[in-house]
Amino acid sequence: MLNFLLLIFIYTGIYALMAIGQNLITGYVGLLSLTQAGFFAIGSYVTAILTTKLGVNFWVTIPAAALFSALFGLLIGLPTLRLKGDYLAIATLGFGEIVRNILNNWDKLTNGPMGIQKIPMVTIFGYTISPYKKWGFLIMVWLFVLFAYFLFQRLAKSRLGRALEAIREDEIAASSMGINTTTYKVWAFILGASVAGIAGSLQAVFVLSVAPGVFTFMVSIMVLCTVVLGGMGNFRAVILGAFLIQFISYFPQLTGLTDIIPPQFRQVLFGLILVVMMIWRPQGILGRERRSAPTPLFKIKRGQ
Amino acid sequence: MGSIAELFQHLMNGLTLGGIYALIALGYTMVYGILKFINFAHGDILMVGSYIGLFTFNLIRGESLGVWTFIAFFIAMLAGMLFSAALGMVIERVAYKPLRRATRLAPLLSAIGVSFILSNMAAWLWGTRSRKLDYPFRNTPINIKGVAITPHQIFILVIVIIMMVALKLFVDRSRVGKAMRATSLDQDTAKLMGIKVDRIIAVTFAIGSALAATAGFLIALEIKVYPSMGTMTGLKAFVAAVVGGIGNISGAMLGGILLGLLETFGVALLGIPYGLRDTIAFVALILILLIKPEGLLGKAEKEKV
Repeated sequence: MLNFLLLIFIYTGIYALMAIGQNLITGYVGLLSLTQAGFFAIGSYVTAILTTKLGVNFWVTIPAAALFSALFGLLIGLPTLRLKGDYLAIATLGFGEIVRNILNNWDKLTNGPMGIQKIPMVTIFGYTISPYKKWGFLIMVWLFVLFAYFLFQRLAKSRLGRALEAIREDEIAASSMGINTTTYKVWAFILGASVAGIAGSLQAVFVLSVAPGVFTFMVSIMVLCTVVLGGMGNFRAVILGAFLIQFISYFPQLTGLTDIIPPQFRQVLFGLILVVMMIWRPQGILGRERRSAPTPLFKIKRGQ
Repeated sequence: MGSIAELFQHLMNGLTLGGIYALIALGYTMVYGILKFINFAHGDILMVGSYIGLFTFNLIRGESLGVWTFIAFFIAMLAGMLFSAALGMVIERVAYKPLRRATRLAPLLSAIGVSFILSNMAAWLWGTRSRKLDYPFRNTPINIKGVAITPHQIFILVIVIIMMVALKLFVDRSRVGKAMRATSLDQDTAKLMGIKVDRIIAVTFAIGSALAATAGFLIALEIKVYPSMGTMTGLKAFVAAVVGGIGNISGAMLGGILLGLLETFGVALLGIPYGLRDTIAFVALILILLIKPEGLLGKAEKEKV
């Protein structure tokens, strides 16, 4: 049981990382990106390929995964971020599917649908962080989460964060104040992508194998749910959201009710969460973190 | 290779596929025209309509093949359309209407939620196994100068053309169609002119969903039915709507057919591997958004401050 709880906490950490990235993009800039699964996949494969094929140390693959994901964030961001929000959602969703499509078909590099196995375990100063001894792994994952949390929290309070919020509130007003909206949006995208890439690396060394089947649209939806449930624009809330989503996700196994609860239960529940939260509590459980007077961004105005 | 007959063969296949995309794209474009938002659940409404049609057909078709099978086929299609129309209206009422005055992000997220609920409920209730509609009539290809055309393809094309013409006439000529156009131009003014905007929105959802169900049923005839079928099909049809110019009904028809042709010819003539077929649509989307974001037939919208 304890082992299972630890597993949930590890996954909470991995999803919290992705959600922190998503929060910068969706919570701060107000862009609906549906591609965290794609960056997650890229990060995983970078680590998998570098460690198994080239024998590179895991710690070197972490920045490589972040850089590679960031590069793809830039590639997808540059053309699509000039577009209005709705198109962006579809274009990014398409990008995620393209990534999976390529991973499935590029046999030489990715080994196709079979994926890559036998990824070496992480070692640090001669000590092996084995995914079987979960405490060590848990600590490692959460150190990454903490680091990302403080970094993004600082970023959000910096010039970048203020610019992003200005863009969300009114893009035209922001650009007339001299904010280069496209540049800032692309930066948000790059940062969000790189942290998802790191989450992918961690996932690769936790499961010790990667396969395209893992990185479905479902992953992007879970990350989105995490942000929406916790509260958009609030990094602490997003981590809370990650806990809740992971517990909901493993609820049948936790309670031993796998026979009664069908496997689709959690997906249906995630869908319900999105709809219900949007109607009754669009600001999420904790709501947006505010420094100044609240703006009624998500308040539904009653009809005239 | 590359003979005229072969070219016509691909043209025929592309047109059939494109016709189906076009039917689905119409639903996206109509809703976008009025509410300015992407109904993410559109593809899943198609899936539900497809299942309902399939079940109805299996229930009433009987054993013998004859005129009754033919009639049963249409009854089943109609059942799917009606069910989807009702479903579309319910979804609009429950999940989108409360969010009409919220930020743009809210209905979009809600729609993604609905899409997820529908596809997973379907997997739960009906299983993930894919099904196929039993051929109601013979499907031996007719050979016209080396071009093999199956009766199903002719059938699909005929239905698609009837639906498109009917829709075009309805929107351009009827009173409700006029009200729809007025609502899409300016909701508040339409309201002042005595148009019941809420009802028009409901009608729009009903028509779009019924068209999607028709497309779903045709897919059941030609390809397969499974719970997640709506996702990819829906996405591609959305791409078709954008390529044609979202909000524009003729644009959706044009975009759908173009995309169908592009996919067929891309695999057959340009040598794009079959596994990457789905990628074609998204590359097309990104290209069109970069070159002509308003789509082929759409009007460029000036952003107002």
